[in-house]
Amino acid sequence: MFDFSILFPSVLNGITTGAVYALIALGLTLIYGVLHIINFAHGASLMLALYGVYLLKQHWGVDPYAALVVMVPAMFVLGYALQRLIINRASHGKDENILLVTLGLSIVMENLALLFFKSDTRTIDTAYTLSTVEIGPAFIALPKLVAFGGALVTAAVLLLIVQKTDLGRAIRAVAKEKQGARLMGIDVDHVYAMCFGLGLACLGAAACFLMPAYYVNPQVGNGFVLVAFTIVVLGGMGSFAGALLGGLLIGVVESLGGLYLGESLGQVGIFLIFIAVLLLRPQGLFGAKA
Amino acid sequence: MKDLRNILIFVLMVASIPLWSDSGVLLNFVMTSLYACLLAQAWNVLGGFGGQFSFGHALFFGTGAYVQAIAQLQWGLNPWLALPLAMALAAAVGGFVGAVSFRYGLKGSYFALVTLAFAEVFRIVATSVPFTGAGVGLMLPLRESAAHMQFGSRAGFVWLMLGLVTIALLVTAWLRHSRFGACLQAVRDNEDAARAVGVNPFQVKLVATVLSAALMGAAGAFYLQVYQYIDPGIAYGPHTSVEALVGAIVGGMGTLWGPVLGALSLHILADLTRNLFGQLPGINMVIYGSVLVLIVMFLPRGIAGLGVFTPRQWLRGQKGEK
Repeated sequence: MFDFSILFPSVLNGITTGAVYALIALGLTLIYGVLHIINFAHGASLMLALYGVYLLKQHWGVDPYAALVVMVPAMFVLGYALQRLIINRASHGKDENILLVTLGLSIVMENLALLFFKSDTRTIDTAYTLSTVEIGPAFIALPKLVAFGGALVTAAVLLLIVQKTDLGRAIRAVAKEKQGARLMGIDVDHVYAMCFGLGLACLGAAACFLMPAYYVNPQVGNGFVLVAFTIVVLGGMGSFAGALLGGLLIGVVESLGGLYLGESLGQVGIFLIFIAVLLLRPQGLFGAKA
Repeated sequence: MKDLRNILIFVLMVASIPLWSDSGVLLNFVMTSLYACLLAQAWNVLGGFGGQFSFGHALFFGTGAYVQAIAQLQWGLNPWLALPLAMALAAAVGGFVGAVSFRYGLKGSYFALVTLAFAEVFRIVATSVPFTGAGVGLMLPLRESAAHMQFGSRAGFVWLMLGLVTIALLVTAWLRHSRFGACLQAVRDNEDAARAVGVNPFQVKLVATVLSAALMGAAGAFYLQVYQYIDPGIAYGPHTSVEALVGAIVGGMGTLWGPVLGALSLHILADLTRNLFGQLPGINMVIYGSVLVLIVMFLPRGIAGLGVFTPRQWLRGQKGEK
């Protein structure tokens, strides 16, 4: 039962899945860390991005990895517009309102997708969908390996933006002290919207890496949204390193849970971790004590 | 007293509908509207008066429905006896979730997330264990008689539902006028200040959760009696949670008639679109979501916040309190 030749592929599989989870969680943690809002529409936005990749491939034959060039800016613009035009206006400065508005947005997105695409599950075929790479005793699907690399690169880029650019400095300033940043001449609404845009751009990237090995249907975001929240909470709200490690950890837990408890019950492990962390250690494993 | 009088007028008016009309369409509309009112009013007890936004109220709805089904199918209980049991067990689940959440000081977004996660855990467990019929669900055998809470006409269901809605309205009226309700609203508005004047926020929020869960459990039990079928997706899926919270928010949180109004207007809106666009999948939810966003954006106090429902103010042309 604890045989290395079964355990190792399962763990490896979990790590590669976890990297994509981490990518989704990075966007969420950025939005939370700066805006202090929980973006409930995160899963639905990912679903839209997945449909974007699907349509590009089906109608124009664009390779999912080439679609990065389109999807990342497109999702950025969507995020910027959503925050600037809807979320910011509807919030009236109250967190509860943002929670409700993003919930409303996710319901609208999900059901518009249901209207246009029906509830069918769709996949795309690429030359490399079924390719595998041998690592020790394990075979890992090539798209998953690419996704793993892509997630790490995206995380590095995000970190660079936040640490080294003027925008990043503005973001950190707003996250720490909103009023002070405003007095220093920072356009807070613009920084908020940029953050939201960056968060959704991460989803654009995640969708391109996910699609070759995954599927899309209108409800696909639901599966990811709680997982992403779990990772963000586990890693400590607003912590990039935490999101990355949390993502990998959750990937492995899910993979091992699936191995020992069966596919559907394995998911329970994630939610139980989520509830336990929220209750017992809300600052997360790596977060500072509030 | 005024509240009690208004509730009495409302109940008498609705109760008389089946007496002067036997139109199946109308009675069905009244029944489903009342059902939506109960969901919204149940959410309102915790969300509106307690300020604790639950995104997983389906947790209590589903528990009520499953208990109602299992009590009849496996324990051979009469549905009239199963109903209080369903409410009690839903309340117990509410007590558990409330106790752990509030013990560890979860509020705002965290409380919303934890309720959502609990609903999801219950959904997955319900698809995996045998006594809930797993993914196939549970079907209630057809036994048409009032003794089995399966009425031959919709009129019976309308009266039953009206009874449950009346309980919910009375609970809400009690929250508006009792010492407990005042404590609950104080905790909602400022927990630290409430604690400073001697209110126990943990206890107050816990009681509100239990009450809210019991009402939600009644809605679940009712759902089962009408449609005679339940599966994990219907029971614990997000649809019911959304319907409950949107109804309360659209109508006006923390008011007596707001959730009734909200649920009714959403219901009419959904019916109208169904007539305009036909049975398109998802169109209802698109409307619910859009209305939610628009209401939060333009009418944060809900329809009741407009103040049109105090006739005297309306006649004077005042906009109500700001």
